[in-house]
Amino acid sequence: MMNCRVLLIDDEEELVTTLVERLEIRGICADAMTNGHDALEKMRDVDYHVVVADLKMPGLSGPEVIEIIKKRYPKVKIVLITGHGNTAHSEQEYPVNEIDEILMKPFHIDNLIEAISRVLDISGEEKQ
Amino acid sequence: MEFFKQMILPFRLLKNTDKSEDLKRYRRLWWYSVVLTLLVSLVPLLIMTGVNFLMFREAILTEIRYDLSRNLSSTSRSLQFVIEERLSALRYTVRETTREELLDEERLSETFQNLRNTFGGFVDLGVISSDGVQEVYVGPYNLEGVDYSDQSAFDEVIIRGMYVSDVFMGHRHFPHFVISVKYESNDGDFHILRATVDMDYLNRLIYVPNMGHSDDIFIISREGIMQTPSRSHGYLLESSTIDVPAFSPDIEIDETLSGTNLTCFLGYCYIENTPFILIITKERTNLLVEWFERQSLLLVFLITSALLIILVVFWSVTKMVKHVRAADRHRTQVLMNIEYTNKMATIGRLSASVAHEINNPLAIINEKAGLLTDIVSITDEFPNREKTLKALGTIIGSVDRCSKVTHRLLGFTRKMQTKSEFIYLPQLLEEVSNFLGREALHRNINIYHDARGDIPSIESDRSQLQQVFLNILNNAVAAVENGGKINIIIEPVNGQKVAVDIRDNGSGISEENLTHIFEPFFSTKGEFGTGLGLSITYGLVQKLGGTIDVESELDVGTAFRITLPLKHEPSVE
Repeated sequence: MMNCRVLLIDDEEELVTTLVERLEIRGICADAMTNGHDALEKMRDVDYHVVVADLKMPGLSGPEVIEIIKKRYPKVKIVLITGHGNTAHSEQEYPVNEIDEILMKPFHIDNLIEAISRVLDISGEEKQ
Repeated sequence: MEFFKQMILPFRLLKNTDKSEDLKRYRRLWWYSVVLTLLVSLVPLLIMTGVNFLMFREAILTEIRYDLSRNLSSTSRSLQFVIEERLSALRYTVRETTREELLDEERLSETFQNLRNTFGGFVDLGVISSDGVQEVYVGPYNLEGVDYSDQSAFDEVIIRGMYVSDVFMGHRHFPHFVISVKYESNDGDFHILRATVDMDYLNRLIYVPNMGHSDDIFIISREGIMQTPSRSHGYLLESSTIDVPAFSPDIEIDETLSGTNLTCFLGYCYIENTPFILIITKERTNLLVEWFERQSLLLVFLITSALLIILVVFWSVTKMVKHVRAADRHRTQVLMNIEYTNKMATIGRLSASVAHEINNPLAIINEKAGLLTDIVSITDEFPNREKTLKALGTIIGSVDRCSKVTHRLLGFTRKMQTKSEFIYLPQLLEEVSNFLGREALHRNINIYHDARGDIPSIESDRSQLQQVFLNILNNAVAAVENGGKINIIIEPVNGQKVAVDIRDNGSGISEENLTHIFEPFFSTKGEFGTGLGLSITYGLVQKLGGTIDVESELDVGTAFRITLPLKHEPSVE
């Protein structure tokens, strides 16, 4: 299994907690946070390899959180998950340079794991 | 080009719903304009012509009246003079000659000859004594001893001293009249010198130069008996067809009297000391005809200008109404385009927000079902394991179906950003139609590419353009029969844009459907379509700064026209 730590940030608590549980079943160490502030707090204590963040959240929005994380921890990889299509937003809203992968909700858990593997540049063999 | 301009969607709608009402309105406008303009321009012209006619008429009437009174005046003066001259001759004779001399037949004959030679017109001469008997007579007939005492003429000459008689045939059987003069001697006795004057003598005087064909000049007596022959107002010594006009000392012109059937001018003049009334009639010529003849130049001018005015009015009004109609059309078209764009934008926003709101709960359902699957999978001896896994699989499968819809609705593409690169559209379209190559080949569908003119490369997003053209070509392939035809025409527009026409000769789209084809979930393919293809296409084209138009006719085919800018600056909403 992957030897990495993942932080999930989404205001939908049921979604992130379930995802954490499912990732852990698959041997991936994951934590869930429901807002940007808590996530940033958490990151002071734990080193994460990948942050999976929602685009739209109350308080700090996805792009804002991502920007701060990228500033503080440039090595951390970012996967953006969103319920929006690209028609709903103008392109300026996406911090495209900071994002490594985008997933459209709802997604398959395997797709998430694939995305995480990709951003960590782990080949399929290694992953297995 | 023209085909498209006329046929783009909103205009088609307008054309078909309001056609008859619309036409009626413009026809009314046309009539109003034509009638009004003609009235304004022709009425003054006609009034001018009418005034001209009236003035002409007045001038002609005055001329006729003047002519008539001049003729009357000169003729009556001649007549009066001739009669007066003869009366004077008799007066002179009766004064200068004693009664005895007059009664001497030889002497009277001499006097008669003198009068005849000097004045002319005398037929005979006689002397009547106070008892009314003609005592001496010189002339061609034997009238000596005739008693005139019972005639009214005799009484009159006694009272007035002179007398001019009506014309009569008398004993001589040719028209003549009598003039008599009384001479009263100092002893109170009197005698009368009586002469007969040949009427021919007067007839010769009754002459009017330039007499018209139906004009007439004649004399009637105060009793209305014709004294001279006339052309059309009665024979000599018969009653005149004209009533005796009222007495007037002056020349009178009467325009209302009608003799025979012709309306004519009638001028008359009572000749002093005689029973004669000189009458001249002049046929009232058809003044309108005369006016037409005399004013032919004016008339030609009038008709020409009227025709010219009518022509110009028709031409200009038609042109104006056409312009108005075109302008109205254009305005309606623009308005409907705006309306349609707004509607599509609203639908787009609505469906995007609905899809977004659904995606989050879908994700939760998905993960919960996934978690349950995980748990069931890793738990040994799970009761009803297979059944549960199957049910969970169905839940996840249904979520998949939902998410497919919401993803398409949101126009999701893996690449979130629009990547600009230079694209040569003919090449891109070749690539896209190659995707369909197999199906096209299988169904024997011909896809023709026609790049017209020098087509510039455009700066746009390749994958999104591919999706746009793939969608439309897919539809075209689905619409045509086996062996059908699809034409792709690419041409530059004004050096600012590039237009791509994709035409098929397929089944076409009904007018009703044509208004909805860009709306999401509108599908004519029944179970086979999601109704999102063209909606996404519409959204993508708009996003790329282009426009998409469609026109279609059932059983003839459908044409899409996509116009793309050379370079699109994304607008910030």
